[in-house]
Amino acid sequence: MGPGYTAGVSYDESEMNLAGDLLAGDVRALARAISLAEDRDPQATALVAELQAHTGRAHLVGVTGSPGGGKSTLVDALVRVIRERGRTVGVIAVDPSSPFTGGAVLGDRVRMSRHTLDKGVFIRSMGARGHLGGLAAATREAIHLLDASGRDVIVVETVGVGQSELEISSLCDTVVLVLMPESGDAVQSIKAGILEIADVYVVNKADLSGAEKARRLIQDAVAMAPKKPWQPPILLASAVKEEGIGPVWEAIESHRAFLRQSGGLEERRRERLKQEVIALVAESARDDARRAVEGDTPVGRLLRDNRNGRLNPYSLAADVRAMRPARGAEN
Amino acid sequence: MAVEKKVAAGRRGAHQKWRVLTCKVGLDGHDRGVKVVSRALRDAGVEVIYAGLRQTPEMVVEAAIQEDVDAIGVSLHSGAHMTLIPRILELLKERDASEIIVFGGGIIPEDDALELKRLGVAEIFGPGTSLQAIVEFVNRGFQQAA
Repeated sequence: MGPGYTAGVSYDESEMNLAGDLLAGDVRALARAISLAEDRDPQATALVAELQAHTGRAHLVGVTGSPGGGKSTLVDALVRVIRERGRTVGVIAVDPSSPFTGGAVLGDRVRMSRHTLDKGVFIRSMGARGHLGGLAAATREAIHLLDASGRDVIVVETVGVGQSELEISSLCDTVVLVLMPESGDAVQSIKAGILEIADVYVVNKADLSGAEKARRLIQDAVAMAPKKPWQPPILLASAVKEEGIGPVWEAIESHRAFLRQSGGLEERRRERLKQEVIALVAESARDDARRAVEGDTPVGRLLRDNRNGRLNPYSLAADVRAMRPARGAEN
Repeated sequence: MAVEKKVAAGRRGAHQKWRVLTCKVGLDGHDRGVKVVSRALRDAGVEVIYAGLRQTPEMVVEAAIQEDVDAIGVSLHSGAHMTLIPRILELLKERDASEIIVFGGGIIPEDDALELKRLGVAEIFGPGTSLQAIVEFVNRGFQQAA
């Protein structure tokens, strides 16, 4: 047993009590559990289910925005502020995976180096591994695992997104959208999509010219939206210079307080549960469909013998769907 | 801790990926090489977590554990390899994480490379190493060529 382990945690050499160790705050158990989720290992599902009673306490904060907007740097600065307020943090930073090789260079940690040795901070990089929407398939599980491990705040940083990667809003309590000066004109700011989901807007790189103009464009767009009980603040910040970060964190906290008071937190969590069920069903359906299409099945054989290229995708899809209840009936 | 590592157990499922932490340790800003190697590993299908410049051995080991990597790739051009790399191996042992493989690259004299390998470093890639050689090293499960 190395000195890095939490005192009092004992390991069986042959089997690891992942759930117990994770609850006891063991970093390696947490890290390993997230890997199992990333590998879509059935053990991860069992683990998350086992730990469910220990989740629901953390404040889940999503940070999203376009590539190069300063998300990682803002997260780094936010982590500092959160730690100064005496709370522990888990960071999940997602970066894209190659569609060709599945490989990835996950570089968000570079901006957060100074927190590496702080025991109150756990940082995990994730490759999206083909999942769309700005996150990885295992991000949901990773959030639950970090939550169960007792982190007060969980910050989820999406891949650099464009206009419609909205999954983060179904996963987090508070969504922070990071914008930059000169990132578009008034037409961009009235478009639907990501601009509608933010609870807090941050115009980062505010030391550059055009920041105030960007703030006004967002303000105009927000003002035109139907009046909502929560009016998302639009803040200027420079993450690199650590200017304006305190107010960003206070806005995130105010949003959380608002959610608690208005019952919105419950509503968001109900919605999240619903989305989670849909995501899990969709994932297994996709895996089933892939197996049906690539495996030794009637549909798979038809697709491989597709000599004249005239197969009808709609009828094949119906055939694949029809395979599922048949299999269920056998059980 | 009996952690079943992909390398040791030889298991690699459909969704499993090699994860490698690459870094520069010590006061050494020469990061061109480590970035090129990171990119080559990416093209070989590896998830590379780049930790960046001026890492201490303590930071490298902590990051490797949080990221649950299979291997650590250390780049050094400062001459401090005989201090910093053994320290990483020592810390991994202290944390019961010796199954994490360590390999290195940079300006490392041949005698030092032999000594580092004797201490447990899987491979040292010197100047002129082809990217293909590094990719093959990954495909062998981070083991030296026979």
